[in-house]
Amino acid sequence: MKAPVSGADLIARAKAEIEEVQPTEAAAEIESADVTLVDVREQTEFEERHIDGAIHIPRSYLESRFEQFVPDRSRRIILYCASGIRSALAAKTLAEDLGYEDVSSMAGGITLWRDRGLPVVTPRSLTQEQKERYSRHILVPEIGLEGQMKMLDAKVLLLGAGGLGSPSALYLAAAGIGTLGLIDDDVVDASNLQRQVIHNTDRIGVPKTESARLAIEALNPDVDVVEHHGRLDAGNVIELLSDYDVIVDGADNFPTRYLLNDASVRLRKPVVSASILSFDGQLSTFVPYEGPCYRCLYPTPPPPELAPSCGAAGVLGMLPGIMGLLQALEVFKLVTGAGDPLIGRLLLFEALGTEFTELKVKRDPDCPICGPNAPQIADGDLGKFPDYDLFCAG
Amino acid sequence: MAVKVKIPAQLRPATGGEGEIEVEAETVGGALDAVFAKHDGLRERITEDGDLRRFVNVYVSGEDIRFQDGLETAVEDGAEVTILPAVAGG
Repeated sequence: MKAPVSGADLIARAKAEIEEVQPTEAAAEIESADVTLVDVREQTEFEERHIDGAIHIPRSYLESRFEQFVPDRSRRIILYCASGIRSALAAKTLAEDLGYEDVSSMAGGITLWRDRGLPVVTPRSLTQEQKERYSRHILVPEIGLEGQMKMLDAKVLLLGAGGLGSPSALYLAAAGIGTLGLIDDDVVDASNLQRQVIHNTDRIGVPKTESARLAIEALNPDVDVVEHHGRLDAGNVIELLSDYDVIVDGADNFPTRYLLNDASVRLRKPVVSASILSFDGQLSTFVPYEGPCYRCLYPTPPPPELAPSCGAAGVLGMLPGIMGLLQALEVFKLVTGAGDPLIGRLLLFEALGTEFTELKVKRDPDCPICGPNAPQIADGDLGKFPDYDLFCAG
Repeated sequence: MAVKVKIPAQLRPATGGEGEIEVEAETVGGALDAVFAKHDGLRERITEDGDLRRFVNVYVSGEDIRFQDGLETAVEDGAEVTILPAVAGG
């Protein structure tokens, strides 16, 4: 059995046996030579601040992970920690046990580095509450911390806080979409409550944007809700859309849908579009110039007498729940870059048969909005048709 | 060719509630004519002067006939013809 040594002696011995570099020397090396800089501190320390370009391998994972990150034993390596102790011990392990040939520990660690006025990066991270709230997202490799941050940074505009807008707003808010804009000019009516689950009986008569904001704020305080109580029109559409990354179309009338399409193509904003009637739902994602637009799919709207609304024709309550959640899913894909959004694909859902059908949607070379020969349109004429007045009522 | 024509919910009042109608036809136009022969009320809902109305799309096995041969598009045995009008409900 070896004679016991004190921790201080062990550290002193390690420091004597390994190479140390001063922070200024390390900075010069990082600047000029081919060197791998490794931060051996714990996760929370690394997240708080670290040296730009450093890879992170906590000392506790040194033996199990180092080879994976640095397979070349002859590579020049500089390790650092907070004060130069953990990195000295780690350097000893790398040199003596793992056979790395050119390892140095940075004396004084990141503390001395900062005292010397050298730069560090302070990466954005989630708060402890956010890490807990979004832990089930962060655990999924396709989302992770990065995907969650993208969602928190995203600004999504919901057109309509009704049947489709209710479920999509609730799930987008729960998922941590950082900014949710809501456009609706209506107030909550008792006949809405069979499907518009973001509202409730106590809020009958309250503007839908306000009612939705109250529900979202109770669900997730991370979400910044922007109320636009009013109607989308040619005079405000460009300004309203400009502030957002993705638009969710749950409008209940054709003029608004065409207006939104024309403006979103102009601004190159993606639109996740769904519509519902009785037992049937339709869904597609329109990314301007990457895929077709709404007018490529439906060049003209039906005349009002052939365009029944949910108010007139009725709709099964669960249907907008399903279609609105599929919209939220599309938003997730657009925001994080995960998966394959429904670009150039139209998904039909028939509720009574529980049947999904996928149809192909192509860009229309004659499209008056996104086609190669589309004419210039004045802002005030967005969403218009030659016979626009014929179907101005939703 | 035996063809299945799928009718969306909003047009089913014109077919007595039927959502799927089996017909014999060689082209999309022929399939629609065969459906109209059974349910004449559907004709004016989706066609005008013998042509499809502009707000009604028709797909054969997932492809829009507008980018094929229109009503002359040939149908294979067992094909599915989907009639799809624009819907604005939200």
